[in-house]
Amino acid sequence: MQKQKVDIDYNNPVISIHGVKKAFEDYAVLRGIDLDLFQGENLVVLGRSGTGKSVLIKLVSGLLKPDAGTINVLGNEVTEISDKELQELRIRIGFSFQNSALYDSMTVRKNLEFPLVRNRKGITKAEIDKAVSEVLDSVGLLQAINQMPSELSGGQRKRIGIARTLILNPEIMLYDEPTAGLDPITCTEINELINQVQQQYHTSSIIITHDLTCAKETGDRVAMLLDGQFRRVGTFNEVFDTTDERVKPFFDYNFIQ
Amino acid sequence: MAPFEFKEIVRQCYEVGVRSFTLITVTGFIVGFIFTKQSRPSLLEFGAQSWIPKLVSIAIMRALAPLVTALIASGKVGSSIGAELSSMRVTEQIDAMEVSGTKPFKFLVCTRVLATTITIPILATYTGFIALFGGYLNVAQNEGTSYSAFMEEVFKPLQFLDFTASLIKSIVFGFTIGIVGCYQGYYSNKGTEGVGKAANGAVVTAMFLVFIEEVIIVQITGNFR
Repeated sequence: MQKQKVDIDYNNPVISIHGVKKAFEDYAVLRGIDLDLFQGENLVVLGRSGTGKSVLIKLVSGLLKPDAGTINVLGNEVTEISDKELQELRIRIGFSFQNSALYDSMTVRKNLEFPLVRNRKGITKAEIDKAVSEVLDSVGLLQAINQMPSELSGGQRKRIGIARTLILNPEIMLYDEPTAGLDPITCTEINELINQVQQQYHTSSIIITHDLTCAKETGDRVAMLLDGQFRRVGTFNEVFDTTDERVKPFFDYNFIQ
Repeated sequence: MAPFEFKEIVRQCYEVGVRSFTLITVTGFIVGFIFTKQSRPSLLEFGAQSWIPKLVSIAIMRALAPLVTALIASGKVGSSIGAELSSMRVTEQIDAMEVSGTKPFKFLVCTRVLATTITIPILATYTGFIALFGGYLNVAQNEGTSYSAFMEEVFKPLQFLDFTASLIKSIVFGFTIGIVGCYQGYYSNKGTEGVGKAANGAVVTAMFLVFIEEVIIVQITGNFR
């Protein structure tokens, strides 16, 4: 399905990352990266496994702290704000985990209610039920409301994971490998869902992936992470219109395969 | 709908109680029965077999009931909490709670620690009575003592301090089992290998601490006798 055109405000970055470095023991994963995510944009971060793509969005959400550099999210300096401010900021950010991270002791309904009840003081039972139904409907899984996560397929778990983040109406979505481990048809459905979320919820998103089909179908811009730095940033065609031997094989492998 | 997590505390109390109930019933009964049986020959040497109920009640209510309950709960509940939280850490469920603006520490740790602190004293009291029942069956089998006579003898030597000390001990044990299990699980960070280590660490550390606390509390309460 062709991605519909969206309004992107290239003068209004919602995330600004400058000079961010992150190392684990002696291994420097991110070596001074700069990146902006603009209002309304889907930005795909591409790179091989272990290049620090997931680390990047964990830094953005404050799950990890950078060794150097600044990360500004919706006007808040993530490294400088208090825990309370960070908690409030996180409500405005949706994080879809690679393995969905559904609470496996709770039903789908309880999974969705969990962040809502704890972040919307004074919300009534009727409002909760309405929000849960709406968000499940938007990911096409209303029938799974009373199921346990263990009863769902990989694709369904991804959808519920996305629904759980959408229930708080986030301004920013962070997708960690949204199509990893899924069959091609389910991958396409997830890609369509990502685009639908962008349209319907007017979110700005960072999509971490090494799946070029996902990058092509969902990304307004693509950033290629190589050796701890963004080597190429632009539209999909701009990024891969290169003779760079570190970028070319990535494209060839994905599409020739 | 203020998130005091009351429902989760109740759920955890139920989990802790139900998880250990059968094992504690069986173990408590056996401890009471065997302790009574093994004490008899020594008391018979002094012609003091009429003291059996008193000895059994003091041993069980002061020491054995809280200790046996705590050791069983360390194995059953502590390991389960350690493994569950560690598995949640590995599968990023705890991270998911954090990034959704909620407080996983409050939801996962506080509720579990509170549940073990509330439930283990209740289980310890139950163990005490089951063990006394085990002791009674042995006494009835050998001496033919009636249930009412046995119970009368059992409660004679017990003082208010015995019940209080036992209760305080159980509360401390419960808190320890909860906090150790949660710490091992919540801060586990070695993937699937970490799940096993967290469960094992929760049991070993909790058992070790329970024995240390037993010694300390006995020393302290001894000063009030």
